[in-house]
Amino acid sequence: MTGADVLLLALGAVAVGSGVLVVTTKHLVRAGLYLVVCLGALAGDYLVLTAELVAWVQVLIYVGAVVVLLLFAVMLTRAPIGASDDLDRPGWPAALTGGGTGLGLAALLVDAYRWTAVDLPEAGTAERLGGQLFRTWVLPFEVLSVLLLAALVGAVVLSRPDIGRSR
Amino acid sequence: MRPVIPYVTAALLFGLGVYGVLRRRNAVLVLIAVELMLNAVNLILVTADATVRAALPHSGQVFALFVIVLAAAEVGVGLAIVLQLYRLRATVAVDEIPLAEGPTPAEEPTPVRTAVGAPPPAGGAGTGAAEAGEER
Repeated sequence: MTGADVLLLALGAVAVGSGVLVVTTKHLVRAGLYLVVCLGALAGDYLVLTAELVAWVQVLIYVGAVVVLLLFAVMLTRAPIGASDDLDRPGWPAALTGGGTGLGLAALLVDAYRWTAVDLPEAGTAERLGGQLFRTWVLPFEVLSVLLLAALVGAVVLSRPDIGRSR
Repeated sequence: MRPVIPYVTAALLFGLGVYGVLRRRNAVLVLIAVELMLNAVNLILVTADATVRAALPHSGQVFALFVIVLAAAEVGVGLAIVLQLYRLRATVAVDEIPLAEGPTPAEEPTPVRTAVGAPPPAGGAGTGAAEAGEER
């Protein structure tokens, strides 16, 4: 157990604990706020795993933008303030499937890696990642930018009631 | 660094996301659970990047960046769909959405008429503003 292991354990416990709260809480807004805790712990995980750029992008885009969008959705759909009881469906199939998936994957990965230790690679700084991104992965990068544009246009068309309803 | 720790964290988070998607009725909470699953995949990618020595360095982190961008696009379009659903039906419960509207054309106008005839405050304001915009 090195310092990195202890950090990974602690941050993983925080992430999984707040993830449990995200999927079980009765308050809609609190689910979004627990998601912030979960995503922040994951950003810490990325930092320990030497993925600096991914960690900061996670903080910027996920915690900064995605969670704000989700909270907007909560507010615009007039979610009830306080606890509400009709958020859940009967849970046995969900618990069975989710638990089976999570524990099955965990068992698979534990069996694959046991308690082996690896050395951490060189840090994924913006310079190294940018080099990879613009040399090897430049075509997927451009395709992804087109996809972002398509998603932007699609969201605008979807959310305007006077487009596409000609009759 | 023991790679089994972040791997197990990611597996448990993915299971929690699956549970949330199947359990929750509110469409926004379903979106939040999908975010949990996407983050679990990201953690797997970053851990694999630190664990497995590949021919191309840092490919896992580049893939994680791609997944983050995809998640941003997904949540934008998902939010638009949820808002449109709320405007039409005044509910965001995913198990109240009729999925088989095609084969029964006789029933199809009914929800639209109820949505227009007895609109929720937000839907009424939205259509009213749209009509006013068209008149202008």
